[in-house]
Amino acid sequence: MNRQGWGLQAYAIFYLLFLYAPIILLPLFAFNSGTIIAFPLQGITTDWFAQMWADATLRRALTNSLMIAVSASILSTCFGIFAARASTRFGFPGKGGIMAFIMLPMVLPEIIVAMSLLVVLLGMGVQLSLLTVIAGHTLICMPYAIAVLSTAFSSLDRSLEEAAYDLGETKWGAFRLVTLPLVMPGIISALLISFTISLDEFIIAFFLAGNEPTLPTYIFSQLRFPRAIPVIMALGTVLVVLSIVLLALGEYFRRRGNARIGGKPTGGLL
Amino acid sequence: MTDKPMIQCHGVHKYYGDYHALRGIDLTIRSGEFFSLLGPSGCGKTTLLRTIAGFEDISDGAILIDQKRMDEVPANKRPTNMVFQSYAIFPHLTVAENVAFGLRRDPRGKAEKAAAVDEALAMVGLAGYGARSAHALSGGQRQRVALARALILKPKVLLLDEPLSALDRKMREQMQVELIKLQRQVGITFVLVTHDQEEALVMSDRIAVMFEGEIAQLDGPEALYARPATRRVADFIGVMNFLPAQVISEAGGIVTAEVAGLGRVDLPATQISRANPEDEGPMVGFRPETMTLLGPGATHSQPRETNATIDEVVYYGDMTYYDLRLDGAARLDGKARTVRISMRNVFGRDVQEVGTRTRLAWSPGSLVLFR
Repeated sequence: MNRQGWGLQAYAIFYLLFLYAPIILLPLFAFNSGTIIAFPLQGITTDWFAQMWADATLRRALTNSLMIAVSASILSTCFGIFAARASTRFGFPGKGGIMAFIMLPMVLPEIIVAMSLLVVLLGMGVQLSLLTVIAGHTLICMPYAIAVLSTAFSSLDRSLEEAAYDLGETKWGAFRLVTLPLVMPGIISALLISFTISLDEFIIAFFLAGNEPTLPTYIFSQLRFPRAIPVIMALGTVLVVLSIVLLALGEYFRRRGNARIGGKPTGGLL
Repeated sequence: MTDKPMIQCHGVHKYYGDYHALRGIDLTIRSGEFFSLLGPSGCGKTTLLRTIAGFEDISDGAILIDQKRMDEVPANKRPTNMVFQSYAIFPHLTVAENVAFGLRRDPRGKAEKAAAVDEALAMVGLAGYGARSAHALSGGQRQRVALARALILKPKVLLLDEPLSALDRKMREQMQVELIKLQRQVGITFVLVTHDQEEALVMSDRIAVMFEGEIAQLDGPEALYARPATRRVADFIGVMNFLPAQVISEAGGIVTAEVAGLGRVDLPATQISRANPEDEGPMVGFRPETMTLLGPGATHSQPRETNATIDEVVYYGDMTYYDLRLDGAARLDGKARTVRISMRNVFGRDVQEVGTRTRLAWSPGSLVLFR
């Protein structure tokens, strides 16, 4: 090893430890038979997973969160496709301003979005429910979806769609047969990003869900009870595994899409 | 080629907001013709091609294809197909799927379509490439796929938007010849957009030279090269020498002019073209290969001879370019002025040296007066 690189290497190692050590602790304590989160570990058990599975509120929170995340990701991706295509293909008056306002929630403090949404919804007499959370999540996921999709759309040669149209297809046919398959990796990425943003979103869910629990709000509420913590650890473990699977899947599709059109494997997450 | 008109443009105007991209284009392209739109970038040639294809609406005027007005006909219903500058090969499809793309709405059976695809691929020299992935092709092969994909639909007009500009020089020259052959074989009207004057001269039956949204000259390659209608066209196509001239008299369609370095010449109306607006007075132009540099003691059959000094020699192997100071025109307006002469290095002809006193043989028939 080069002596000069010593400091930087130590820095990199500490950085990664700080990032991942807490996550590695999750499965350790999820399988630990003791109720107290402390070393030494006591014994191996899968009780916490069983308890987690038996917890009706948790199951409800999980179903809610999945429903919200799936709806919000599909909605934000669909809207995102419209916005990304419009902004990359067409010029229209006020385009810069409109796009800026659509992208603004990305940098706006979420608490402001949540609060103002709550005030407006209550003022309009809208009942708080999963639907209101879906609306809120769609709003904050859209900028991310658009950012991913705009890249996909703008890297597409404009004449591809024109060529399909020129060869006798309708405009919709050209979009469906040429554009859509070519931006599909982008669409999948947008879906995945929106899904993960929505799944662990706390503030908007906390403000707009009414009495319905979502995964993050449920976990937060359980942290007050020390006895529930190993169950939360088990839940965390499941979520980590799920995220890794999702990430791997997304990357797999992205690379496959790239390979199919002969693109270079640049960008992406892995 | 016949005299039947295939494409007619009548007073075609195109505005992009305030920008006047096409300024009254009147043009008839004949059936079976290899026609080129030539001009610098931004002259409107691609815009004109795209209005013919139907990708752009026209602001005023009319476009007819095969005697039918195209105002309400969208691009996917026009009897035209386009080869794009980027080729626009669908990267997610195979070569065969690309070529068969336009046959999706064709009622023929699968086997017949496959046969048509094979035939189209064979025509462009890509027989057996059908199963390959389109993104694995070279530039020249993509170009051929784009051609096959367009020609399989048997369009009345094939539109080519700078199809060779992305190829290297060797490949480009090879494709030029192949395109000419292909066009003769299929007999379809080809309309080529190019900024490369050499390419236009090599390939076209007729060429429309465009500047700033207008057609400056429409002629066959030889006429365009030998008799440019304006000095701007002359500057754009090939190399032309210019010498200031003074019109002495005009009688019976013959202009008598005093040309710096060359003396007095009589020029008929066919040798008179328009000067550029910024030109100060008339100019006489001639191409480098129209005059002959004489070796010591050489004789010639040209009507005129002028003495000159060799200022620079540029040797190209097959050709030598000489920059000459003509006696009587070595300095004009206080600036050194040379003219360029090209000589083919045929066997037995020596390359002359810088500083040599030499003679130039020429004929007034090779001059063009721009006034």
